[in-house]
Amino acid sequence: MVYLALATGFALILLGLYGAITRRNLLRLIVGFTVADTGTHLVMVSVGYLPGRTAPILGAAVPPEVAALRIIDPVPQALVLTAIVIGLGVTALMLAYAWRIYATRGTLDISRLRQLKW
Amino acid sequence: MIKRAIAFALLAGLGLVFLALWQGFEPDPSLNRSALYYAENTVTDTGAANIVAAVIVTYRGLDTLGEVTVLFLTAAIVAMVLRGGLADSGPRPGRWPTGELLHTGSRLLVPLIALFGAYVFLNGHLTPGGGFQGGAIIASAMLLMLLTDPARNFSHRLIATTESVSGLAYVAIGLAGMALAGGFLDNRILPMGEFGSILSAGAIPLIYALIGLKVGAEFSSILLSLSEREK
Amino acid sequence: MSILTGMSVVLAAGMIVAALVAISPQRSIAISIIASGAVSLFASVMFLLLAAPDVAMTEAAIGSGLTTFLFFFVLGRVRGGGDD
Repeated sequence: MVYLALATGFALILLGLYGAITRRNLLRLIVGFTVADTGTHLVMVSVGYLPGRTAPILGAAVPPEVAALRIIDPVPQALVLTAIVIGLGVTALMLAYAWRIYATRGTLDISRLRQLKW
Repeated sequence: MIKRAIAFALLAGLGLVFLALWQGFEPDPSLNRSALYYAENTVTDTGAANIVAAVIVTYRGLDTLGEVTVLFLTAAIVAMVLRGGLADSGPRPGRWPTGELLHTGSRLLVPLIALFGAYVFLNGHLTPGGGFQGGAIIASAMLLMLLTDPARNFSHRLIATTESVSGLAYVAIGLAGMALAGGFLDNRILPMGEFGSILSAGAIPLIYALIGLKVGAEFSSILLSLSEREK
Repeated sequence: MSILTGMSVVLAAGMIVAALVAISPQRSIAISIIASGAVSLFASVMFLLLAAPDVAMTEAAIGSGLTTFLFFFVLGRVRGGGDD
């Protein structure tokens, strides 16, 4: 299962980046980035997974004394939690700039934004 | 087409790297050293049952402070970029009135969703959940209100006040940790309580509630500035 | 264990299909956005199978909920210029 999740994560990164590279519409480009974002989250969580163990939450099911043998790595989960929240912030910024570009240039097609092209 | 060929070559290279990583991947048989430390010492150090919450709020508390600061910056930049935008070109279709069903439903649902968000961040040290999830849920209550009545005037001042007061209180708790306990954002400034009860784990529920309010206010402000049409 | 494996196969297939729809240029942008939200939703169930309930909650609330609506707000603002 963990190999499958890892492979899916890598596939999502590749698909998302392909979409982000080849599309010309800014909104489609940002959609590609969010797909790649989800892929990286999946890869990171899979790396922290240990087969046959359970979530890092102590309690009746996992007493603290045996926690070291029963739980999976909590650090990648904390990292991914941070990454998801920051990902929303990055997406919001990209969308705000995309709308700004639309408001000043009247287009979302990046091939028509030639000011920085040489 | 050469551009497309370059894109494919790039992605193929990346795919090869990923393939090598995938083939060399082997799940660890046991926890690594830092994870082992967290597994063995979280209860004695922090008293929290949810180790992820303990890592986020206490062990890596400074990172979380940085994270909410990044979110605050994002909200501020989004508001700044979107202010004073040019008017839409072309005729704007009028706002369609939302239905009776949505109005009544949202009057019922919005308080419940907000309550659930508060439940999620207050129980973050015991069950899955925490400040970020709770804040996102509160922001979705806000989103429902926004969808029901797009013309409603939301109080920017209230959102800004919530955001800055909870942010200041967060930093103040961190400084209190330096004065009263082991260091910045140490949760042992409050009694540890009994393991597994809601008033336990020192300051973790308090800090998570503040993070929840702050994150909820920041997400709400991002949603508001992206949804508001220029007047 | 086999039911978990079966579920993860279904979820992985769902994610790949939704991602293909999300980056496909033939579909309208609204469908792309919804498909990327679906990728996040499938991923959040996958996180649950990978024993990460915290991450699953966050991904479901933020990745598939709020992000999708941010896209739609911007799409509503650029009406008319949205298509290629």
